[in-house]
Amino acid sequence: MNSKTMFYILKRIGLALLTIWVVITVTFFVMHAVPGGPFMSEKAVSPTAQAALEAKYGLDKPLLEQYGTYLKDIVTKFDFGPSVKQRGRMVIDVIADGMKTSAKLGVIAAAVAGVVGIVLGAWAALRRNKLIDKTIMVITTAFVSMPSFIMGSLLLVLFAITWMVLPANGAAKGGLVLPIITLSLYPMAYITRLTRSSMLDVLGQDYIRTAKAKGVSRAKIIFGHALKNSLIPVITYFGPMLAYIVTGSLVVEKIFAVPGIGRAFVTSITSRDYPMVMGTTIVLAVLIVVMNLVSDILYKVVDPRINFD
Amino acid sequence: MNKRFTMHIDVDAFLPATDEEKAYMVQMRPSSTFFRDGVKRLLKNKVATVSLIIILIITLSSLIIPAFWPYSYESMLGVRPGKSVDASFNNLSPFEYGETEQARIAAGETVFPHIFGTDSSGRDYFIRVIYGTRISLAVGFFASLIVLIIGMTIGSIAGYCGGKVDLIIMRFVDMIYSLPDMLMVILLATVLKQTLAPVLEGTSLARIGVNIISLFVVFGVLYWVSMSRLIRGQILSLREQEYVLAAKAAGAKGGWIIRKHLLPNCISVVVISTALQIPSAIFTESFLSFVGLGVNAPMPSLGSLASDALNGLSSYPYRMVIPAVVISLIVLSLNLFGDGLRDAFDPKLRT
Repeated sequence: MNSKTMFYILKRIGLALLTIWVVITVTFFVMHAVPGGPFMSEKAVSPTAQAALEAKYGLDKPLLEQYGTYLKDIVTKFDFGPSVKQRGRMVIDVIADGMKTSAKLGVIAAAVAGVVGIVLGAWAALRRNKLIDKTIMVITTAFVSMPSFIMGSLLLVLFAITWMVLPANGAAKGGLVLPIITLSLYPMAYITRLTRSSMLDVLGQDYIRTAKAKGVSRAKIIFGHALKNSLIPVITYFGPMLAYIVTGSLVVEKIFAVPGIGRAFVTSITSRDYPMVMGTTIVLAVLIVVMNLVSDILYKVVDPRINFD
Repeated sequence: MNKRFTMHIDVDAFLPATDEEKAYMVQMRPSSTFFRDGVKRLLKNKVATVSLIIILIITLSSLIIPAFWPYSYESMLGVRPGKSVDASFNNLSPFEYGETEQARIAAGETVFPHIFGTDSSGRDYFIRVIYGTRISLAVGFFASLIVLIIGMTIGSIAGYCGGKVDLIIMRFVDMIYSLPDMLMVILLATVLKQTLAPVLEGTSLARIGVNIISLFVVFGVLYWVSMSRLIRGQILSLREQEYVLAAKAAGAKGGWIIRKHLLPNCISVVVISTALQIPSAIFTESFLSFVGLGVNAPMPSLGSLASDALNGLSSYPYRMVIPAVVISLIVLSLNLFGDGLRDAFDPKLRT
């Protein structure tokens, strides 16, 4: 790793930190611009109770001071304050609770998407313009054009209602199978297309021809030379894939009633639990930014030929 | 061949052309413009042509059918002034009729069928799907237009001015680009819904619905960045061309050069990426509708129809399947058409 790469990595980390700060700041001020503020409640509260409530949550202080406290609590204690709608629970506890299920869902979905996508993509590229290639491309095009909530609902209708082979409720035993399939189909289709085009590109390179001319075995060419090099662009998709899985989990967890962070987020939007919305937005945003950072750095380290500037 | 240089002039070369020679020079077919060439290439592409036809059929039917359809998207058929609600109109299966309608049929009248049945509030589902399609298409179209205008303005300023202006704008673009877009969309939509409602009340904009307006605002704030990056890149390469130098030498001002020389040359790139922006806007709208941040009830969009159908999914799965198929069809054909457009008008961009 030379100094230029180091500089790039430092610059990239700086940008990521800046992004996280912007997310927190935007979230805070945008939420406080809502009429009545984040702690507005629908029920009529007596002025004394309202004042006590505001004092308890520090809402009587100037906005900038509140912002400073909020920022400090997040950075030092991961503290996003109490949830408004779920009495007596801290936002971070609700998030941590949901994260257990969501992380399992997301990681398995990402793994399935990666493995199946790479295999299908490589297969399609090696059988270019044959029937199997065309079939794979048509199916993946269809998957890419289908919003995840539609995919989820259709799978739910088919597997859980019509055929009754899998449970519809995500909390039941084996209930995560359908959500995982739903969540992995789009990134899988995307990775398939990405791998195919990158593999085709690599197969046309001179070093592949050289290897063939040397008499290297076909398996060694495919796995040792072609596949390894064609996976480089796929690495860049890891960040966006995580972003997709995070947002996709919002709808998928709603459809299949999975007790995860996505469902908690959607519920907090509809019930106007503002501290919860703020906390979840920030946590998920940090997750996405960090994943983007990791995949960008990995890309640079794996292939030093790439120049970003 | 050893040909020596002489001053001798070959007189034959200056004779008038014979008819045979003239016929040889006649243009066999009229010259083709860039645009006509592209259209020809586009029409040769079967996938793109079929997609275009599907888009046209869906768009036209969503515009025309509501004009003559006997039911409207918001009227609950079971509700009559002065009478109690006739629940027999709720949740009709396709081609079923409510009690009063059955009485009318028995009396010999013809009643227009409910092709897709009715929803849980007794509204004709077919017209709701049609109307939802219209809303989704309109949202996609106008959101892309907003993205186009903002992205084009900022991108061309950055590309043309260069230097410090470019640097500042591009750092800002980088910033917005690295924000997780969907989360920010949800956040802004949640907040704008509350903030804009009192502001818009009473104005003509309120009729469109606070949620759609906030969706447009969100698109205007977040999604212009990739468009402006694209335009900037184009302008950067175009402004080094000789004709720009010639225009400058002739005394043309910056705005004139951007409008008359640079933008027309990026037009194909712009049209293509706008065409590809529409499906992604439709995607986003349906996603927001599904999370509960989309159009205001009773106005339907394809996303909100699918979301509503989730409640009665086990009994009425077709209510989910119909908007699902329509939305996938729209997005798929717009994507394929956009790809065809790219192949036809900008072969350089081909991936």
